Amino acid sequence: MAERSFTREVEQLRLGEGEEFRGEGILAITKALLQCGVGYVGGYQGAPISHLMDVLADARPVLDELGVHFESSASEAAAAAMLAASVHYPIRGAATWKSTVGTNVASDALANLSSGGVKGGTLIVVGEDYGEGSSIMQERSHAFAMKSQIWLLDPRPNLTSIVAAVEHGFELSEASNTPVMLEVRIRACHVHGRFVAKDNQPPAMTVAQALENPRRDLNRIVLPPAAFAQEQEKVERRWPAAIRFISQRQLNEVFPGNIDDIGIILQGGMYNAVIRALERLDLADMFGDTRVPLYVLNVTYPLVDEEVVDFCRDKRAVLMVEEGQPDYLEQAVNAILRKHRVQAEVQGKNLLPKAGEYTAAAMRDGVSAFMQSVLPNKGRSPAKTHAHESSAQAVQLLKDIVPQRPAGFCTGCPERPIFSAVKLMQRTLGEHHIACDIGCHLFSIMPPFNIGATTMGYGLGAASASALNVQSTRRSISIMGDGGFWHNGLTSGIGNAVFNESDDVIMIVDNYYSAATGGQDVLSSRADNANRSTRHPIEDAVRGVGVKWVKRIDRTYSVAQMRDTLTEALTTRAKGPKVIIASSECMLNRQRREKPLVRKALDEGRRVVSEKFGVDEDVCTGDHACIRLSGCPSLTVKHLSDPLRDDPVAHIDESCVACGNCGEVAEAAVLCPSFYRADVVHNPGRWERLLASWRQRIIERLQQRRARRWLHLDAELESSG
Amino acid sequence: MADAAAGKPITIAVLAVGGQGGGVLSNWLVALAEANGWRAQNTSVPGVAQRTGATVYYIEMLPEGDREPVLALMPGPGEVDVCVAAELMEAGRAIQRGLVTPDRTLLIASSHRAYAVSEKSAPGDGTADASAVLALVKSMARRFVHADMASIAHQTGSVISAALFGAIAGAGALPFPRQAFETTIERGGVGVAASLAAFAAGFDAVNADYEPSPESPRYTPRRRLHGGCDTERRRYEAACERLRTEFPDAVHAMLQRGLNAVVDFQDAAYGDEYLDSIARLAVADADDKGWALTVNGAKYLARAMAYDDVIRVAELKTRGSRMTRVRNEVGAARTQIMHITEFMHPRLEEVCGTLPARLGELIEGSKFVAPVLRRLVDGGRRVRTDTLFRFALMSLLAGMRRWRRGSLRYRREHQRIHEWLDLVCTKASDDYELAVEILKCQRLLKGYSDTHDRSSDKYTKILSVLDQLDAGAADCIHRLREAALEDEAGEALDELLATLARREDPAPKATA
Repeated sequence: MAERSFTREVEQLRLGEGEEFRGEGILAITKALLQCGVGYVGGYQGAPISHLMDVLADARPVLDELGVHFESSASEAAAAAMLAASVHYPIRGAATWKSTVGTNVASDALANLSSGGVKGGTLIVVGEDYGEGSSIMQERSHAFAMKSQIWLLDPRPNLTSIVAAVEHGFELSEASNTPVMLEVRIRACHVHGRFVAKDNQPPAMTVAQALENPRRDLNRIVLPPAAFAQEQEKVERRWPAAIRFISQRQLNEVFPGNIDDIGIILQGGMYNAVIRALERLDLADMFGDTRVPLYVLNVTYPLVDEEVVDFCRDKRAVLMVEEGQPDYLEQAVNAILRKHRVQAEVQGKNLLPKAGEYTAAAMRDGVSAFMQSVLPNKGRSPAKTHAHESSAQAVQLLKDIVPQRPAGFCTGCPERPIFSAVKLMQRTLGEHHIACDIGCHLFSIMPPFNIGATTMGYGLGAASASALNVQSTRRSISIMGDGGFWHNGLTSGIGNAVFNESDDVIMIVDNYYSAATGGQDVLSSRADNANRSTRHPIEDAVRGVGVKWVKRIDRTYSVAQMRDTLTEALTTRAKGPKVIIASSECMLNRQRREKPLVRKALDEGRRVVSEKFGVDEDVCTGDHACIRLSGCPSLTVKHLSDPLRDDPVAHIDESCVACGNCGEVAEAAVLCPSFYRADVVHNPGRWERLLASWRQRIIERLQQRRARRWLHLDAELESSG
Repeated sequence: MADAAAGKPITIAVLAVGGQGGGVLSNWLVALAEANGWRAQNTSVPGVAQRTGATVYYIEMLPEGDREPVLALMPGPGEVDVCVAAELMEAGRAIQRGLVTPDRTLLIASSHRAYAVSEKSAPGDGTADASAVLALVKSMARRFVHADMASIAHQTGSVISAALFGAIAGAGALPFPRQAFETTIERGGVGVAASLAAFAAGFDAVNADYEPSPESPRYTPRRRLHGGCDTERRRYEAACERLRTEFPDAVHAMLQRGLNAVVDFQDAAYGDEYLDSIARLAVADADDKGWALTVNGAKYLARAMAYDDVIRVAELKTRGSRMTRVRNEVGAARTQIMHITEFMHPRLEEVCGTLPARLGELIEGSKFVAPVLRRLVDGGRRVRTDTLFRFALMSLLAGMRRWRRGSLRYRREHQRIHEWLDLVCTKASDDYELAVEILKCQRLLKGYSDTHDRSSDKYTKILSVLDQLDAGAADCIHRLREAALEDEAGEALDELLATLARREDPAPKATA
């Protein structure tokens, strides 16, 4: 994390007993870990938990004082495997990643961890990226908890409850020798709230102490016959211990209400939305006082049968509010009630959406439908008014007008020219099978590039093209980012291609950071990082696993060079995988680093050249071919007031960072001569000034001479309106 | 605004495009509320959606009390008090999402447009209908205030979020005094002066009975031409006089623009030729037809005659007024040193087009010279037009204008123009509308090199089906032209042409 500082957040980590913390949910979790005496933390960045990693990476002094070890793990699997330190030693450990993708990657280590069981409290903080705006497939972490027997916490989405869940999680883990997963949805991670802090606790045992006093216990190692015993121990000892702890410590909450023949069972994370839905029906108020009894599952796995039975015993009907599918909880509640012969009717996915995020509207409709079915005079759906009809009409009309706005490459992104080059290459060599990967470069599948067929997982770009490794007249192209490359792509993609004698093309997009997750450093990052070892070239690694044909392009903006290299890779007679490493720094991070430097230089009166691109509107014919090869946010269109022109011309707005892509594309694709780059020199030297004024004077003389000779349209500044 | 008194929170949704500072704005709102003894919660779904996608931030706030309120983490349809849209289409999206309702919502929007990729990339004009959205938005909000926050931000050297923060204060959306808003910005500590200026401008823009300001000033051509030697000037004046006397009033404005454009391209004599051609059209035209043929002729013939060749580009790039425009666009004062680099890629075709027609054709057709010359000429060139040598070179190229009439390109362009005008005149007598539509097909011809080839291809395809059309031909050509402007490869056009060939009614796919 070379380009951003989290000093302010780190200060929040130092708050002591009784002081009020104000900030984001994910930072509250970070603070809670320290309050719980965590001994070590690992993880892999990704929305919505990147912040936890970023802040801890900057919190070296705080962590050193406490004796806490922190690692930016190479992958989620590495982070999960790190938790092995809590198997024999009574050290609390935590790992974090984006779920469910990260949990997928970690699942091998998680299965081993939960089979052997843990001595020290083990907490896995999974940030759920589910629903609107999610960049990943929609799945539940719940399944992983069930299959490996990991307890799953889903606290109410306020900071006090989330912090309590961290504390409870460690205790529950220790009481039942089982790892615990804390599930936090993306909005809860980013929610701004407050809680009353406690002092940070140094770990009861540090990892250094463990290292000096090694221990082992054969029963905790996953190998027959211990593994068979562990399976029995899971259900006979650890499960009951967990149930005991959950019910004794009342981790789940019951909120009573006076309409007590019905009730709602809900995941903790759904609490605020359920209260808001009840409030709309005048069945609850702003402070959570409800007339309908609620059973809030802050622990969604395992369920405590007695608690479920107690809550449902005297009720006619209950509503199970469970986001996502399959409906594990609804099935479990039904089974529990049947086993205990409780008659309460269970509603749930028949009224609420079967799949997908429970938005405010979905929740309101679902809860209101439930109320209508059990209390016909209470549960009324909001009246369909005249306003509703006119709004439905407006929505319909807008559907045809308002354009979609999918995410895309940032202004000046160095990955844009790579895909411009791919598009240009395909003009001559034809369409190719292109396998994509996870990372910013995946935006290539969106307009205007429309490049890429599949995306199979982080770092798996090359592997996902391996079935196409056969003799053919065309080679496949696969794309991988530097983040994915170090995550696993080096082995699963490159090594795999070498070993299986692939002839295909692999393009590694190297932007110096794990950019899509917030600009964290990776092994090949160019920045000096005080706490991490960087500057390990991708090229060395690629050659190290046996690739012979490697081309490095150190300036991706050279579109023609990119295109020609790609063409060569696709046509060369050389055997073996063809690897192109396309490197240029992520523009977002580069701007973050350079802007303050430029500002400082200007303030000090030093010479600075500021660059910007532009389009000559007289030369542009309004065909927009340049935009179809770019999609840059700063390259847009502008309507001219000239009645002779029908179509808007290309235009570059103020946000341009002069990356040069438009000029390069115009040149490489032979588009048009409209683009220019203007460099303005601030604080020039004396000779430079002299030369420039001398030049300008002669040029102006020439211009005047021509103006006298030929009739010409002179432009003037006027308001068009 | 305020259910707040009744213990209900004020709910605020902010819709922004990634990179507009929606996060900054929602953080300011929280800080503002907390500093004034309110409790506030905000949340969002950033992540990759932040990269240029549409993002929603949601804030709830209410006065501090004894008990902790349960606040929602996402906006509910029909439950938003204040909706802030950082761009016009985002205001439309807010309505689609049910975040703006007539009974409750104060909508504060920036009326500027940040075009989506789908709008920008169409070969024609793919921009969405802003006025339709404005009208709909107006009817859907309890109250609607808007101003061009992007130009406010630009003028004050700040960002849109600061201008919107000002607009929230100016519209009286929240129960806090202006001072409290400004204190919030000051405490933020970053770019305070510029933010405060944008805040003030945003405040005023929605506070007074504010009419959205016209779009930012831009350079537009003057009505009359300048410069030139005496004979040229006299000839031009005579042409202007002829325009006024020979042609009906209804076409004067367009015709004058056209005349200016072609004289600017070549010389006054070229203007006369232009008027001669237009006169041919005017004869076939009439008052009761609204002079559509002549006006469109004036427009498109000017575009056709002032085509883009090397000479023209060199000339445009070296004009004095162009330098001024560039300086204005990049914000460089006249006294500041500015270097300009042009990105060019000349091809053999351009060189031959500039040569005398016979010579150009000879070279193009030559098996030996062409490849050698092509290797010499073809390639990306970066030209610093602010240096003397390059400027002089470009000026020389521009000066070749005097020999343009003899060039290969000129001959080819004018041959096409003649064929086109002849076609128009033949059709005009029996199908006036069709003639107008044929004129308008000139719009398709644009771009350089490959792009130009593709557009010419579309043009030829459309005109080639003329013979197969009978009744409704004008409408047909119109639809074909619109289809041609939909996508680059001409897929929509080909589809429509195929439908036509099958003798089916092409109406359904038509002008989507």
